[in-house]
Amino acid sequence: MTAIVDQAQSFKIGMLLYDTRYRAMTIQIVALMGFMLLIAWLISNTAQNLATLGKGVNFSFLGQAASYDINQILIEYTSRSSHLRAAFVGLLNTLLVASLGCVLATILGIVIGVLRLSRNWLVARLMTIYIEGVRNVPVLLWIVFIMAILIETLPKPAAFRGENPDATMILSDSVALTNRGVYIPEPLFHNSLGNLNVFGAFGISIDLLALVAVLAAGIWASIRVKSRADKLQEEKGVRPTTWHIRTALIVIPPVVLLAILGFHLGRPELKGFNFSGGIHMRNSLIALWFALSLYTAAFIAEIVRAGILAISKGQTEAAYSLGLRPNRTMSLVILPQALRVIIPPLISQFLNLTKNSSLAIAVGYMDLTGTLGGITLNQTGRELECILLLMLVYLGISLGISAVMNWYNNMVKLKER
Amino acid sequence: MSGEAFVREILLDPKAAPRVSVGVLGWLRANLFSSWLNSALTLVSLYLIIAFLVQTLPWILQSSWTANSLNECREAIAQRYGEGTHGACWAVIRERYLQLFYGFYPSDSYWRPNLTLLLMFVALSPILFTSVPRKMLWFSGVYPFLAFWLLWGGSVWLPVAIIAGIALGYFAVVKGTEQFGFLAGFICGAIVILLWMLFAVLPVANLIHGLIPIGLTQVESARFGGFMLSTTIGITGIACSLPLGILLALGRKSDLLIVKSLCVGFIEFIRGVPLITLLFVASTLLNIFLPPGTNFDIVLRVVIMVTLFSAAYIAEVIRGGLAGLSRGQYEAADSLGLDYWKSMRLIILPQALKISIPGIVSTFIGLFKDTTLVSIIGLLDPLGLTNSIRADAAWNGVVWELYTFVAVLFFIFCFAMSRYSMYLERKLQTDNR
Repeated sequence: MTAIVDQAQSFKIGMLLYDTRYRAMTIQIVALMGFMLLIAWLISNTAQNLATLGKGVNFSFLGQAASYDINQILIEYTSRSSHLRAAFVGLLNTLLVASLGCVLATILGIVIGVLRLSRNWLVARLMTIYIEGVRNVPVLLWIVFIMAILIETLPKPAAFRGENPDATMILSDSVALTNRGVYIPEPLFHNSLGNLNVFGAFGISIDLLALVAVLAAGIWASIRVKSRADKLQEEKGVRPTTWHIRTALIVIPPVVLLAILGFHLGRPELKGFNFSGGIHMRNSLIALWFALSLYTAAFIAEIVRAGILAISKGQTEAAYSLGLRPNRTMSLVILPQALRVIIPPLISQFLNLTKNSSLAIAVGYMDLTGTLGGITLNQTGRELECILLLMLVYLGISLGISAVMNWYNNMVKLKER
Repeated sequence: MSGEAFVREILLDPKAAPRVSVGVLGWLRANLFSSWLNSALTLVSLYLIIAFLVQTLPWILQSSWTANSLNECREAIAQRYGEGTHGACWAVIRERYLQLFYGFYPSDSYWRPNLTLLLMFVALSPILFTSVPRKMLWFSGVYPFLAFWLLWGGSVWLPVAIIAGIALGYFAVVKGTEQFGFLAGFICGAIVILLWMLFAVLPVANLIHGLIPIGLTQVESARFGGFMLSTTIGITGIACSLPLGILLALGRKSDLLIVKSLCVGFIEFIRGVPLITLLFVASTLLNIFLPPGTNFDIVLRVVIMVTLFSAAYIAEVIRGGLAGLSRGQYEAADSLGLDYWKSMRLIILPQALKISIPGIVSTFIGLFKDTTLVSIIGLLDPLGLTNSIRADAAWNGVVWELYTFVAVLFFIFCFAMSRYSMYLERKLQTDNR
């Protein structure tokens, strides 16, 4: 009894470090204290410095008029709008170029990755050169390079004028490539449903919403038809032909809706020294979009190639010996396995593309970094608040994308043991 | 009368293979025109290659190397190749290549960055090649201070004093451990180093410099530029982020909840924001976070942010390597009775780092390419220099030549690095997994 008491009492300070029962706790507490001290030190420094500069942390500047123009906007914006709205316009621009870039990069990446595996010697070499050439040069250089190509080689809008113009519009006079940007036709509706006002902040076209809703409903119905066909096949062994019903379900309702709304294209036309009508995509947007897509496509191509190579040849042979035809082998055996390898790094490439879109500032595309982290910051002198908000928004986007990735990973994870 | 069976008694000479399946023709058929689709692809590729060469080759070759301004260039090209020829004006590269390499570094001191680069290879050799004598590791340890002194100049006694402080701290740890045990010794050493760095380094360095003035001309960071700036930021970032990344990865894998959450928070935060926002922090905010009156160098601030940035990525790569090891390795290390640090140092990390080499190198390549972003916050890296060269009236309008030159140099560096990592991977492959 006494011996136990002795042991319990003989706690020495050294045991905090040498006794494994306490050591983990000691290390953690020291780490936490160190971290909190560091934070406290930084905050006290910041407070002291801000006091010397005569600034407090204050977000009210977001409500003040921004008084600068943004040339590429998705929602209504004037220079009298607030800084907050400018930041929101910037955020939408970031999301615009990121989503455009992700789509184009995926398409290009898959094509290039598959072609690199081609048995055609020349094509495979060409794709290798493309991949190595593109990804070993900084993306910022690509952005300014493509911007320079657009500005230096495309004709001026004035070149489209006159009886015998130096430049002509392409695709039956609907698209104009100029050194001020690309003009493409815009969708217009004779019987438009107007705009839906969201929180009194910005309007979303109801036509667009209706179109998306109809399309989604069509896809949902088509999936239902497919699962019914699957069920019938399970029960009776005969699969009803469904492709025409499924296509019709997806295609016909949107077409009908477009006809009801009176859909037509508004073409850009040359008026005076510039084009009017149509959608004006600025060079900065195009340069950023293409550069990010071409750069990311090189990485995606390697991911696709690795994903295809990761599936052993035995899988194909096994599928053949089961009597599956090549396209069903691809869709039922190879692709599901390859996608499991491809999708996670693919999504992290999307994340990289989104973060790289912040380089927009180099070509003057007004994304979130250009508005909130650029002009707003310089005008108001609120570095701390602006950069904090900027980081939080990017962090939110990134965490959102990683949440999707984790959800997907859990869904397709091999269920082992 | 049975029919005479014909049995051939002599072996015939083998026939030559069909003309279309051997030689050049056979190769062409097998590799370029094996099917309709392949033939079409081949023709399209050929068309693309020829179209590209027709566009660029005349521009590259019909060029001028000897002019002093863009106008002279154009005149020379028009004179030699006829009016209306578009040719490259490589003369701008000939005139400005030193600037693209060294920025505005004083030209009589170019030997300093050159020597730094050369010595870097000497310092790296014992780390990369096991056949180099181990004594060389001492030089590798001293090298960072030497490089700092060579690049920025100033009194030689400042880096010497810092090294002396570290030596003093090491001495204190050894002595303290002998006297009072490891913990006390460690704390002793930390206090000695801290006190020395805070209070003694500058006075001691100044005092000795007063007595024995040895030093190089001081060069401010504002004069750093071009590829020298890129490599300085890139290599320092790489060198510092590797150890930090390893620590973060170990922290993330650790059982200690608080340590783990701190590491996860740091890694996810850094990976979630674009590098450019961190560079904004370096250029505008870092001074606000530090004690009033601190105003240290912009290059140093950028290096700090770049290091933190790439450390988070390295940590994720190494975490992948750690996860790739089988559990048996950890258990074997534990059953040998090794403590945590020994098992990591001797068993786990060597294997994990080996598997992570491709990922680490591609992070390094990414870091080196990302150094171009410093042009956005106003530093004169090669890309920033192209703008300032164009600002000169003589070269206003030169675009492609400069971009091509910068792109080719980046390509050479990054491509070489990726090839080296492939070589290293093959060399270290032991095929035991």
